[in-house]
Amino acid sequence: MNRTRASGRTVGGLRTLSLQAPAVTLLLLWMIVPLGMTIWFSFQRYNLLMPEMTGFAGLENYEYLLTDPALWSAMGTTLLLVGWVLVITVVGGTLLAVLFQQDFAGRGIARVLAISPFFVMPTVSALVWKNMMMHPSNGVLAWLAQSLGLPALDWFSSLPLTSIIIIVSWQWLPFALLILLTAMQSLDEDQVEAARMDGAGPLAIFFFITLPHLKRAISVVIMIEMIFLLTIFAEIFVTTSGGPGLATTNLAYLIYIQALLDFDVGMASAGGVIAIILANIVAIFLVRMVAKNLED
Amino acid sequence: MTTHRNSAPAHTRSLPVRQLVLTLLGWSIALIIFFPILWMVLTGFKTETAAIADPSFLFSPTLESYQEVQARSGYARFALNSIAVAFGSTFLALLIAIPSAYAMAFLPTKRTKGTLLWMLSTKMLPPVGVLVPIYLIFRDVGLLDTRTGLIIIYTLMNLPIVVWMLYTFFKDMPKDILEAGRMDGASTLQEVFFLLLPLTLPGIASTGLLSVILSWNEAFWSLNLTSSKAAPLTAYIASFSSPEGLFWAKLSAASTMAIAPILILGWMTQKQMVRGLTFGAVK
Repeated sequence: MNRTRASGRTVGGLRTLSLQAPAVTLLLLWMIVPLGMTIWFSFQRYNLLMPEMTGFAGLENYEYLLTDPALWSAMGTTLLLVGWVLVITVVGGTLLAVLFQQDFAGRGIARVLAISPFFVMPTVSALVWKNMMMHPSNGVLAWLAQSLGLPALDWFSSLPLTSIIIIVSWQWLPFALLILLTAMQSLDEDQVEAARMDGAGPLAIFFFITLPHLKRAISVVIMIEMIFLLTIFAEIFVTTSGGPGLATTNLAYLIYIQALLDFDVGMASAGGVIAIILANIVAIFLVRMVAKNLED
Repeated sequence: MTTHRNSAPAHTRSLPVRQLVLTLLGWSIALIIFFPILWMVLTGFKTETAAIADPSFLFSPTLESYQEVQARSGYARFALNSIAVAFGSTFLALLIAIPSAYAMAFLPTKRTKGTLLWMLSTKMLPPVGVLVPIYLIFRDVGLLDTRTGLIIIYTLMNLPIVVWMLYTFFKDMPKDILEAGRMDGASTLQEVFFLLLPLTLPGIASTGLLSVILSWNEAFWSLNLTSSKAAPLTAYIASFSSPEGLFWAKLSAASTMAIAPILILGWMTQKQMVRGLTFGAVK
């Protein structure tokens, strides 16, 4: 393979090690130190407001958290949010990828416009939607409803979670579209042409050629989105602050409330451990898939 | 663009109706998706009164809001924080990642694949899971509300993606060139600086841009770790969420300035971004 280094297997290994040391060491610290601390705190009585209350708590934090209805409500909200956004973005993204793959006038510009929301910072997306789009009296949607003779909707008080789902889907649909469009480029046009010659209709082509071709890209989109969507934070922070009540409090927001508003370090850490476990279940599948991809 | 390859075959192209329907459909959907951004840009050029009036495309544009955003809240300060944090963390991440990616691409051992996957897995750690310890550490060492603190976090946050992307670009480079350089007696450093870096510059640039974009738009850590001094644009825009801060024209003007550079960078690098965002799983 390499004549110059025929003698130096170990030398090469040593060089590899020293070149990689900075990145590996930093990431190792970044992973182990906070993770270890989170796990440690989750077994401690530790509230910044009650400095005299300390010591080993055993499973107390977990017990309290797991019997707290707020946790289950937050889990439910998290699942609904992740589930709906996934359905909307993956189905929508696939259909749009097929549409934007067709040849039409100005397709390049239309594509660029359609993927733009992905590059907008989350606080801007959330506030533009909350104020200019969904405002109950002055928003564009209210104006649209009134022009059609419909009653204007107070989005954030009557459909709080739906509103968040719409905003987050608007941000992530372009992501799905971008990835799936890229995957579409490697679709074998000859195969499609051959199928068409054999009399396959557009639906048959979509279900038997396009969709199987996109299968891997779609699962990548699902897993990457899941990792980000599990801990959606900024969009909730600037629009509903988790309310009304707990209607839009997801796991990330609940932990934030416990940590930085209630200063309950022990409890927030227990919540953090739960979030880490959830994310890891998803991560295992993603890592496996990428690993398989490295082989070919 | 690969228009020639993906264009419809001759017998369907001859149908102008199909073309017309596709064009209309494609453009309507694209415009609907883009509408909130367009509306925001337009609102930034309105007066506050016009901003909350019935939606209209007809108005006399003014730069009032742009001037006020700067005069009242010192927009430039937050923009500078964003620039410092995004570019600082990107520079550091590239500095740390280039040797690592070089080793993985050109001096692979049997552990390389495992290391790559492990790096990827650190990206899966949900930030909220480590919010408490990071917050406490930052409080104790005085990194709360500092640019340095955010730079450290963003460097570590993007490091796995940067290593991965560089690795895929380095791997695509023909090995013979480096080999030839080595034959001519180039040292590793010379090899990296005079052969590898110039030849993979486009790849390094798009990796850097992705890192800048991700840092610029990051909102979890910026909201939780900064308050005023080091707040980047994501956190500054969030301050418009308070009920008394409902100044739509100013919000729009500030938002337009905050997203414009990144939007343009995003448009330019969308193709290469896919590589980084999917860890090379979709090319």
